[in-house]
Amino acid sequence: MELFGIALMTLALFVSFGFMVGVLFGFFGMGGSFLVTPALLVMGYPARVAVGSGMAFVFGTATIATLKHRDLGQVDYKLGGLMIVGTTSGIEVGSRVVYYLEELGLASSAIGVTYVVLLGSVGLFVTRNALVNDGGDDSGGSHHESDEEFDPDAIPPLAKRIQSYRIPPMMTVGGGIRVSLWLILAVAFATGLLSGFLGVGGGFVKMPAMVYLIGVPVPVAVGTDLFEIVFSGGFGAFTYGLNGGVDLSIVAPLLAGSALGARIGSAATGIVDEDDIKIYFGLMLVGGSIAVAFRQAGDYLGMDVLNTLSFALILLSAFMVSGAVIYSTITTMRKRSNAAATSAE
Amino acid sequence: MIDLAASSSPVQSGALVGAVLLEAFVLYVGYGALERVAAPIVEKITRA
Repeated sequence: MELFGIALMTLALFVSFGFMVGVLFGFFGMGGSFLVTPALLVMGYPARVAVGSGMAFVFGTATIATLKHRDLGQVDYKLGGLMIVGTTSGIEVGSRVVYYLEELGLASSAIGVTYVVLLGSVGLFVTRNALVNDGGDDSGGSHHESDEEFDPDAIPPLAKRIQSYRIPPMMTVGGGIRVSLWLILAVAFATGLLSGFLGVGGGFVKMPAMVYLIGVPVPVAVGTDLFEIVFSGGFGAFTYGLNGGVDLSIVAPLLAGSALGARIGSAATGIVDEDDIKIYFGLMLVGGSIAVAFRQAGDYLGMDVLNTLSFALILLSAFMVSGAVIYSTITTMRKRSNAAATSAE
Repeated sequence: MIDLAASSSPVQSGALVGAVLLEAFVLYVGYGALERVAAPIVEKITRA
């Protein structure tokens, strides 16, 4: 049986896959192109359609997740606008570095190694940092709104040092943090540089950069990152659309699933403990780095089995992490309602 | 198969992005309404 020209089974697969990606996207502000494009390639879609439809999907999901984060007061538009300016210039320089390395015949290996090392080290750093902090916080959940004053003790040491450089003009960002405009632009430029160099959206670099380098609370960093992705994803979808790369029959069912997932994931950032978010994020990146290492090895050795293994690993870690996010949200909600019931008695 | 992209001009590509944006808004509002209806039920289940 077919609906809109696609088999019902494929349609159901797209909706469920979209749901899973939506949860991760709303919760972490990353993972769209990381998961969707390889999945569409595995399903046999041409690379142009896989990348273009993936971009259109990311654009739609980021819009929904941003709206939800906005409802929770977790989007800093001023910071998002500055990040867009800095990131765009960084991407331009990053892509020029790639062209230069291509001339030297080193692009493929340099990008592959950097991607694996960066994913793995950011993942390990975030996980370790969260595990060290975890013992000190028994709040059982955290919901920081962008206008709320943020606990100064929760600001990472590196961010504190960056905030101590008072190069005018100074500005206030999410969580009431005062930081130099130039330092925000520098951080945005650096993340854009990596994004352009690696040819990825770069949510996995931007979110931790906002947390650890600028000192923005995690939920605000996720919301602001998603706000930025609305623009980059929209522009990417438009560009690929010009070359016939966007297929609505793929995007529409994926979006139907991710819209629900993104609402749940976005709302979960206000329920689940901040350090738990970091642990899940870090584990997801470590899983991703192992998967990308398999894919690089598969391409280098010409072994397709390693590419399939890589995709299976990405899918498995995404499935486990999105399941953990939902489980953690439900248990935190249960704890809260039990505590409320006990105090009422 | 819905493939608006077979011969795309900037206007068609813009319409494609607009269609994705429209679907996103419709889904956001639709699931929002569903959330309001389902929230008390979910709360009841999590309390159980």
